[in-house]
Amino acid sequence: MKQSQTGISIQPLPGAAAVRYACVSATDLRKICEETGAAKGTLQSIWACDERDRDGGFRLWVALADSYGLLLLELPMTAENPEYPDVSDLFPAAVRLQRANRDLFGVRVNGGDYRPWLRHAAWPEDVFPLRRDHPADTVYPEEADRYPFVRVTGEGVHEIAVGPVHAGTIEPGHFRFSVVGEKVLRLEERLGYVHKGIEKRFESFAIFEGQRLAARVSGDTAVAFSWAYCMALEGLCGTLPNQRALWLRALLLERERLANHLGDLGALGNDAGFAMGLVQFSRLKEDLLRTNARIFGARYPMDAVLPGGVAVDLSNSGRRELLNALTPLENEIAVLQGIYADHSGLQDRFVGTGRITSALAVQLGLQGLAGRASGQAGDLRCDHPCAPYDQLGVRRVILTAGDVAARVAVRFAEAQESMRLCRLILEGLPSGELLVPLQEPAINRPGIGWVEGWRGPVMVFLQATSDGRIRRCHPHDPSWQNWPVLEHAIIGNIVPDFPLINKSFNLSYSGVDL
Amino acid sequence: MFRTIKQIARVGIITETAKLSGATLKHYTTLQRDIYSVFGRALGVRHVDAGSCNGCELEIHALNNAYYNLEGLGIRFVASPRQADLLLVTGPVSRNMLAALHQTHDAMPEPKWVVAVGACGIDGGIFGRNYASAGGVDAVIPVDAWVPGCPPQPEAILEGILAALVKPNAHTG
Repeated sequence: MKQSQTGISIQPLPGAAAVRYACVSATDLRKICEETGAAKGTLQSIWACDERDRDGGFRLWVALADSYGLLLLELPMTAENPEYPDVSDLFPAAVRLQRANRDLFGVRVNGGDYRPWLRHAAWPEDVFPLRRDHPADTVYPEEADRYPFVRVTGEGVHEIAVGPVHAGTIEPGHFRFSVVGEKVLRLEERLGYVHKGIEKRFESFAIFEGQRLAARVSGDTAVAFSWAYCMALEGLCGTLPNQRALWLRALLLERERLANHLGDLGALGNDAGFAMGLVQFSRLKEDLLRTNARIFGARYPMDAVLPGGVAVDLSNSGRRELLNALTPLENEIAVLQGIYADHSGLQDRFVGTGRITSALAVQLGLQGLAGRASGQAGDLRCDHPCAPYDQLGVRRVILTAGDVAARVAVRFAEAQESMRLCRLILEGLPSGELLVPLQEPAINRPGIGWVEGWRGPVMVFLQATSDGRIRRCHPHDPSWQNWPVLEHAIIGNIVPDFPLINKSFNLSYSGVDL
Repeated sequence: MFRTIKQIARVGIITETAKLSGATLKHYTTLQRDIYSVFGRALGVRHVDAGSCNGCELEIHALNNAYYNLEGLGIRFVASPRQADLLLVTGPVSRNMLAALHQTHDAMPEPKWVVAVGACGIDGGIFGRNYASAGGVDAVIPVDAWVPGCPPQPEAILEGILAALVKPNAHTG
């Protein structure tokens, strides 16, 4: 397969995800990014690797999503001058990824935003903790933390600083609003507060155990991340799990999506002043979690996906219980959807609030659930379906209004679709082994997992060592793409609508801080 | 409006008695009265995520649902550490959250209690200690009770709150 203009040799990568790989020069990298951007492709992730122990250099990895799947580009860089071309003009989401690469590896672009991203005060500027020769447990004295926020000046402009600790039970992050009266002129996010060295930690894990850590990259996305990790590992081993195991993974993933959507739909009602919505949806979510505990042994089955299959099975009675619970839940959600639709106060808060137009969504690379509320059709379950989604015919949900109301409506529709998929899975569940043995993982190529989690596509990049450990694991959450878009969604809205707009995206902090 | 009222009436009251172990169950039954006799009001609980994966937060949310009816027991979540008697801390403490955790703890009036929620709060859990993670919560602030689990179930979190309150040598600053 050839890229149109560059003539680079592109190889398919083994595994369940549709991935092609190419080793490129800096010029080619930039050219391919330009071509992909022009063809409406998107940036999936950017990360780095330290290969100085193997060949004296660093690597930059860029994953682009296009109509064929994922295009994985590897750019070698020298140890002396680990510089790579800035692609943030093509893909705005690249900015923070590039800043994180500098903090963790000391690989950099020429120019661009010079500020640190994940490095606050825990390690000095000239220390790069993800380099292989940096010990995991070295602790540095606290540095001074003076982050230069962008100042907005003008008559009547003032700043509201919020966080990292927020008023509710949510993850920590800092929001700096520049406002005139109640109106927001600009929001600047500062994240990185829950950076706990996950990528470094992976390197101390045996490769057949890493799914446990992957499940805890973002606890609400445990099934998606552990599936993506196992998909990457199974690609390295050249083995596919049994169909039954894959169908059970999909069942768990759709139930994870459903649990999150139920929680969000309640919280969104609450944030718009309709506490009854929270009470009712929290009840439905609790019922779902208790059913999980009965059937799968855990309210949040974080360790249910294993390399080569799954750790849980479904008996006939368990299958009947899950099937029987679907129709009442569908009806309950439909009743609440009617109540939300009829509530003029609620709709007044939802409609037109925090709008991201389709054009802006394209420009900024909005992904996943939030993207599908702003006219971005991407859904891996439809675009590049891996088993069992290739047999389920997932119905894509897509709206264009791009406001809180649209993100609420996408959740309602996707919750119904997830229940339809659960029914198909439960009725068609094939028989077979839950776990298949895996061969030794390849060490001369990476493995990729790519799974549509409830927020959007999550990706895991995995490399093995020759002694059965993880050489490098990079998990990517779509929140990297969507956090910068939230800064745009609030512009021109009033400060009290921020919690509502923020919740309508409900992005992960842990998943991007790592 | 009619549909809203009908829904509330149809669902009715779903609150259950928490299934707790013997020791804490004894306190559970008298909890509301005991809290009132000491504080003259509800116990204020504040949560800080010091580096969690967000799993424990989901179960703290669940503790606030109608099945557990936490406020009915005289325990309510408050928006500011200034209003809080008890601090729930989740996660290993990330180095980037050190200052914020200290400030939150310092801002609470005496007497105050701290409950570390989840396996990570005990010793850093699966994330351990490294250049970015300071490990368990008591490496940073004094802790009165620990709640194991990944994530712990809502009832375990409630049990942890009760254990901190009834501990004979409870930390009072």
